Amino acid sequence: MSEPPGVIAAAWAIARKDLTVELRTRAAFLSAAVFSVLAAAIFLYTWDPTAVASIDLAPGVLWVIFTFAGLLGLNRSFSAELADRAIDGLLIAPVRREAVFLGKAFANLIFVLGVQVVAIPTVVLFYNLSLGWGASAAIAGITVLASVGLVAVGTLFSAMAVNTRLAELLLPVLALPFFVPVVTAAAQATVLVINGRPLSGAVDWMRVLVAFDLVFVPACTMAYPFTIES
Amino acid sequence: MPPLATIETRGLIRRFDRREALGGVDLSVAPGDCLAIFGPNGAGKTTLLRLLAGLLNPSGGTASIGGVALPAGPAARAQVGLISHHSMLYPALTARENVEFAARLHGLADPRTSAESALARLGVLDRADVPVRVLSRGLQQRVSIARAFVHAPRVVLLDEPYTGLDAVGAAALSSALEGLKSGGAALVLVTHHLDEGLAIATHVAVMRDGRFVLHERRDAIDPASFAGQYRALVGVAG
Repeated sequence: MSEPPGVIAAAWAIARKDLTVELRTRAAFLSAAVFSVLAAAIFLYTWDPTAVASIDLAPGVLWVIFTFAGLLGLNRSFSAELADRAIDGLLIAPVRREAVFLGKAFANLIFVLGVQVVAIPTVVLFYNLSLGWGASAAIAGITVLASVGLVAVGTLFSAMAVNTRLAELLLPVLALPFFVPVVTAAAQATVLVINGRPLSGAVDWMRVLVAFDLVFVPACTMAYPFTIES
Repeated sequence: MPPLATIETRGLIRRFDRREALGGVDLSVAPGDCLAIFGPNGAGKTTLLRLLAGLLNPSGGTASIGGVALPAGPAARAQVGLISHHSMLYPALTARENVEFAARLHGLADPRTSAESALARLGVLDRADVPVRVLSRGLQQRVSIARAFVHAPRVVLLDEPYTGLDAVGAAALSSALEGLKSGGAALVLVTHHLDEGLAIATHVAVMRDGRFVLHERRDAIDPASFAGQYRALVGVAG
C-alpha cells in the first residue's frame, strides 16, 4: 500500500506542476513582464526630473510595479484550477490542505521573483541608477523577503476570491491593505540602499519584512484549509 | 493493497442555502458491490457523489468510507477515485504528465510507470505525450479515467463516466470497472443510461428530489420493465 506523500513532497509536486503549466502557456508571466516594462515607461514619461530626482522616484515605481504585477500572477494561481475543475483532483488527493497552499505559494514566489528579474533592470535602466554589487545584493535580499510576504498573503486571498463572481476585483481589494507594510518596508529599504546610506538603516526595514514573513507564512498556511468550499 | 472499504451513509442531508439538494439518503455499498444511481437532472446524484468524495460537507446525517467519517483526512482520501462531469485535467500538460501528477499526489513509488500502465489500460498510451488540450473529448475522458484509477482506488465514484467515450473507450472503461469490482472495490455509478448502469450494478437506486425512491438489489430488477418503472418513479410521461 502506498503512503500518502508528506507535506513537502506534495507541495513540491504541486509547485512543479504549476510552474510547468506556466512555462507551457507563459500566459501570466508574459502579461506581468510586459506590464512591468510598460508601467516603468509610463512612470518615466509622466516624471518631471526637475521636481523629483530619479533616485527618489525609482524605489516607489519599482514597488508599485512589484505589487500590481504580482497580483496578475496571483489571480491566475487558483483560477487556472477551475477550468476543468482540476481543483477537485487536488482536494480529493491524499495530501494535506496545507501542502496545496505551500505548493501554490512556492510557484507564485518563483513567478513573482521572475517578474522582478525583468522589472528591476528595467527600472535601473530607465531611471539611470548606478548600483554596485553590494547594493544589487541588498536589493535582491529585499526583493526575496518582500516577495515571500506578498505571496503568502496573496495566495491565501486568491484562494478565497477564486470562487466569487468578482474574483479579479476582490483579490486586490482584499490583499492590497495587507501589502502596505510589505511595500512600505521594501520601498524604504530600497531608498536607503540606492542612496548609498549605511546598510544598517536598510537592515532595520528588512527586519520588518522578516517579521511579516514569520507571522504571515504560517498564519496563511494554517488559514488556507478554512477557505475551501464546504 | 489497502484494506477493503465499505461506503455508508445515514440520513445524509445537504442544503445549499435554503434549498435541500439531498434529503436524507441511506446507503451501504460493500466491497465488490456497485450501486448504480439513476435519476433526472437535479435529483441530487452529483451532490451525493461530491459528498462521498469529501468535496462537500454534509448539512446533516453521516457518511463514512471504511468506517472513517467524511469529510476525511488524507488516509481515507487515498482510497477514493473520482470521475466527474469535468475532466479534472490540466489542458497544458500532456496525458502522461496529468496522470503522473495524480500518481505523485498519491505517493506511488514509481509515478511514471504507474501513469503509463494506467494510460495503457485505457488504450491511450500512444497519446501519452500529447497535450490534453488537443485531444478529442473522448480521449480526454479516457485520460481522466486513467487519472482516477492510477492508484487502484478501493472506492470508485463515477459521474456519467461513459459520456464522450467511443465503443473502444467504453469497453476499456467497463473492463477496468469490472477489474476494480472483482478486486474488491466499492463502486457508486451515477448515470442517465439505464442499460450501462444495469450492466455492471449489483444494486440499483433511483433518485428524485434528493431522495431514493427505489433502492433494490440488481437481481430483483427486471431489465425489460425497468425503463417503464423508472419513468413512473421519476414522473416522466411515456
